Amino acid sequence: MMSMTMTQKILADHAGLKEVSAGQLIEAKLDVVMANDITGPMALPIFQQMADQVFDKDKVVLVPDHFTPNKDIKSAENSKAIREFSLNQCLTHHMEQGKCGVEHAILPEKGIVVAGECIIGADSHTCTYGALGAFSTGVGTTDIATGMATGELWFKVPSAIQFVLKGHLQPHVSGKDVILHIIGRIGVDGALYKSMEFTGEGVAELSMDDRFTICNMAIEAGAKNGIFPVDDLTRAYMDKHSTKTYKEYTADEDAVYDEVVEIDLSEIMPTVAFPHLPGNAHTMDEINASEKIYIDQVVIGSCTNGRMSDLRKAAAILKGKQVSERVRVMVVPATQKIFVQCIREGLAEIFVEAGCAFNTPSCGPCMGGHMGVMAKGEKCVSTTNRNFVGRMGDTEALIYLASPETAAASAIAGYIADPRKVGE
Amino acid sequence: MKANGTVLKYGDNVDTDVIIPARYLNSFDAKELASHAMVDIDPTFVERLNPGDIMVAGKNFGCGSSREHAPLALKTAGVSCVIAKSFARIFYRNSINIGFAILECEEAADDIDEGNQVEIDFDTGKIYNLTKNKEYQSQPFPEFLQKMIQANGLVNYVNEKKG
Repeated sequence: MMSMTMTQKILADHAGLKEVSAGQLIEAKLDVVMANDITGPMALPIFQQMADQVFDKDKVVLVPDHFTPNKDIKSAENSKAIREFSLNQCLTHHMEQGKCGVEHAILPEKGIVVAGECIIGADSHTCTYGALGAFSTGVGTTDIATGMATGELWFKVPSAIQFVLKGHLQPHVSGKDVILHIIGRIGVDGALYKSMEFTGEGVAELSMDDRFTICNMAIEAGAKNGIFPVDDLTRAYMDKHSTKTYKEYTADEDAVYDEVVEIDLSEIMPTVAFPHLPGNAHTMDEINASEKIYIDQVVIGSCTNGRMSDLRKAAAILKGKQVSERVRVMVVPATQKIFVQCIREGLAEIFVEAGCAFNTPSCGPCMGGHMGVMAKGEKCVSTTNRNFVGRMGDTEALIYLASPETAAASAIAGYIADPRKVGE
Repeated sequence: MKANGTVLKYGDNVDTDVIIPARYLNSFDAKELASHAMVDIDPTFVERLNPGDIMVAGKNFGCGSSREHAPLALKTAGVSCVIAKSFARIFYRNSINIGFAILECEEAADDIDEGNQVEIDFDTGKIYNLTKNKEYQSQPFPEFLQKMIQANGLVNYVNEKKG
């Protein structure tokens, strides 16, 4: 029997095959098919060329999150299109503004995605659910329409890079720093077409939220998917959030990897990706030794870093402080549940009293949609995932990607600041 | 199938946010998207482009978002083919699915210059640089994808399979 990676095992099972190997083209059954208010409306006319009904109303989910609350009339029409489709098709998981949140936070939170599944989403950050031990990847509109109609899709079986994590994370270092460090090391096409499989004793160091953040940005290294093994933490998360049965897969011990990369978590510092690539990583020590980079805006949120532990960490730094008078800060919880939990725990008060805008869940500012668009020449520290030219507004705006703690420390300082030094 | 056109050349990591910025994604009208193609790195792209022209770029072309609006904008603007050292995987899938020609060829991507006249034979994967009088061999599509392209994209492929 051929040895397989974790991803290959999931794909083989979903293709009804005993084994698969890298490069093989397969057709796999899909457990969840997701689209949003940008990709969904475009998929509907394509879907209608193939089918009248979705393949399974439990397995198709449409999330209005990108330009919501509707930023203009065209966006309102797009939200309306997926709303009506979702209602007409009687989709089990009907999503609506005020009751959902950012797609990659809401699907795990509502227990719609679990370990062992094969998931596609018409959004590149669909790779997030690999944190749960699922195969999950982003696709385009035609693919998603096909998935909605047939419940199957063609895939080229990926080879993998194994990341062996060891050591302990230092204080004020989180999953975001880990993934920015990794992308900095391997480059923005370092894992092109491949799986990023995380393993090693260091996995136990990482919270579920850290793992979501790490898998979320696998695409920023070009990867097809990122994936973590299932452990007690994953099981506890799924038991709390989901009633679905899940299946645990493990990579064969003799699985073949294109490359094995050792990551010593204890050596990772707070890390910032400078414009205009997520792989343009700089350590906080390098930043401290250089001229101050003054900023105009801070965004704390998104499918990358808008989860509860992200906001708790940001609030711990902002508590009792004031954001710099030169900076505006957008805090955007990723789901309604996180939003209300922030109120219950007093985080909302901390943010507002520190001078932050505390906004409704949305992808808004991350892709320059709304709720924090940047002007020419402005600089932003953002916990989001991309710092491409024009990503958050004007093409001459500069985006620095960082962790929630670095973002909070920078908000207070008015320049990119070290979260390890707050209170010194 | 053949293409013939003048080359517009770009560097590495041409991302989907510059191919079609998110601020235009409140529409999926192909013509409207095409009118904004490449605006954030090359504001003159649309006016310089003649139907059939060919884009040549470095590695990781189309990285970033899953937006199918990106290959659709380029195709509708009149680009006949993108030749690059490598493509980001979602852009690659999306292009095939909508029948937009893309070719991986490191040698061609390095050697072809802005303004060169280039002819492509998709059946053989051969790329001819008419300006430099040179020839390059690109990676042909695997058989499975050739079938899909022959079926004129994924939708027809699925409908044919249903019979």
